Amino acid sequence: MTKNVDHSKRLLLVAASVAAGGVAAAGAGAPFVISLMPSERAKAAGAPVEVDISTIEPGTMMVIEWQGKPVWIVRRTKAMLDLLDKHNDELADADSSVQQQPEYCKNPERSIKPEYLVVLGVCTHLGCSPTYRPEVAPADLGGKWPGGWFCPCHGSRFDLAARVYKGVPAPSNLVVPPHKYLSETRLLIGDDSKGKA
Amino acid sequence: MMSLLKKLVGWFDDRFPLMDTMKEHLTEYYAPKNFNFWYFFGSLALLVLVIQIASGIFLTMSYKPDAQLAFGAVEYIMRDVQGGWLLRYIHSTGASMFFVVVYLHMFRGMMYGSYKKPRELLWIIGMVIYLVLMAEAFMGYLLPWGQMSFWGAQVITNLFSTVPFVGPDLAILIRGDFVISEATLNRFFALHVAAIPLIVVGIVFVHLVALHKVGSNNPDGIEIKKHKDANGHPLDGIPFHPYYTVKDAMGAVVFLFIFCAIIFFAPDMGGYFLEYNNFVPANPMKTPEHIAPVWYFTPYYAILRAVPPLFGSQFPGVVAMGVGTVIFFFLPWLDRGKVKSIRYRGPIYKIFLTLFVISFLGLGWLGTLPATPVYTWIARVLSVVYFAFFLLMPWYTKIDKTKPEPSRVTSH
Repeated sequence: MTKNVDHSKRLLLVAASVAAGGVAAAGAGAPFVISLMPSERAKAAGAPVEVDISTIEPGTMMVIEWQGKPVWIVRRTKAMLDLLDKHNDELADADSSVQQQPEYCKNPERSIKPEYLVVLGVCTHLGCSPTYRPEVAPADLGGKWPGGWFCPCHGSRFDLAARVYKGVPAPSNLVVPPHKYLSETRLLIGDDSKGKA
Repeated sequence: MMSLLKKLVGWFDDRFPLMDTMKEHLTEYYAPKNFNFWYFFGSLALLVLVIQIASGIFLTMSYKPDAQLAFGAVEYIMRDVQGGWLLRYIHSTGASMFFVVVYLHMFRGMMYGSYKKPRELLWIIGMVIYLVLMAEAFMGYLLPWGQMSFWGAQVITNLFSTVPFVGPDLAILIRGDFVISEATLNRFFALHVAAIPLIVVGIVFVHLVALHKVGSNNPDGIEIKKHKDANGHPLDGIPFHPYYTVKDAMGAVVFLFIFCAIIFFAPDMGGYFLEYNNFVPANPMKTPEHIAPVWYFTPYYAILRAVPPLFGSQFPGVVAMGVGTVIFFFLPWLDRGKVKSIRYRGPIYKIFLTLFVISFLGLGWLGTLPATPVYTWIARVLSVVYFAFFLLMPWYTKIDKTKPEPSRVTSH
């Protein structure tokens, strides 16, 4: 019975069956894998958010939620802004050359209006939300601290333009999300297109 | 009566290898007669697995995998479900005790060279169980939806986003969203209660099948199958049942004393088994002041933090952490020593193993603390020691002066 077996033909048929079965298995696996991707609802949650910034006191920070992440809006005082260019040599990317902000925020203050900084409150290291530490030279952060953010998870430091210091785990400055002013006191986060309002 | 029972067993035996299986794996499975204290932990790991599955099933009956309801559901279990607090503390203590037992079980294997030929595959299967168990524990930790659940998962899923090129998409695929969200909670729930337990049970079974094929190692690290009596049974072996079933039952009793003492008197273990920040509901807008993983992950977490970013990427640290866990797989081939057991190893191996234990415990301790510059430097030194144990092993096990092994086990 086994004498007249054509082994090369059998091998070809086995290989063909395995290949066809493999393609079918990969196809059958596709719906399982795509179901793991963000749902339409999760994608829709990225809609722009409108904020009234008139209530922010000078020197304080407001936290709002956009795409499930914290967005900080900081109203910086004159004193805070004056300190921004005093520590450029301690920063990893003082000129914001890495694209972590829209083109219109690529300036020393990293903002449209110097007074208001809008930045994503998510550490560029592993995604913790750093703590706002606006006070100058607190005991735990050292005498040279000009105010900024300190990440409690792994010790990354950012100045008040959300620029990262050298020698900390975070590799880059915090992200400035796209945003635009609808009026003097109303801000739209997540949309900077000219035509829409 | 007896004949009726015999008939019944016979009826089964004609249709299922009942008595054959009993003989092969219990009453006529010969294990070395010189097992000591360290040989309790295999059977204890099995016991904890059963405890976790049983308590987990009952917790599932009152839990809700919903971002709005999850935290409240756990509090509901703790306060309103009859005996719910006990079930929850059994499950949370069981998670930590699982790792206590598994770490001691692994250390036993390292001490007595149980990973060496012919038990390489047995060791690898065990390591797979260990990795799957870590995934199980990590996903389970998200379910209470507390601050540590949320931010711990945030940090760990972001580890994947540091992978070059595919990282950010990979992290989104794992989370099912751009941030940790209800989609993440739901899928972690599904994996934690259904998929991974099935896998764990499956590989534990395979681990036992592989063990019974090659036979247990023993504290002398010699093969008992080399000396057999006229019936073909190893001279230094005794049947697993009743000898080791009784011994393991005694071990289980002592273990359960400790287990119950923790459940009733220190269920949070001073913040090590249940972290204080996890009694605060998850808040995606605010990270707690100090976050750290649960103690059984801290050695690897300390290695992650010890590696500075290179080329503007945190990926090297993630790789070091990954290699730190996976490197155990290669022990059978890294070890070039002629003897298995530490009893007959030379002084160099003993020194390296001691340093390894110190580095593992030290890293574990550092991983629970905030990263200050001094601690980071200590973690760097300990990480080097940790990896030196493995990477220098082919060299130091070869030149080490070993003692001659006995041909028969030395009874203790």
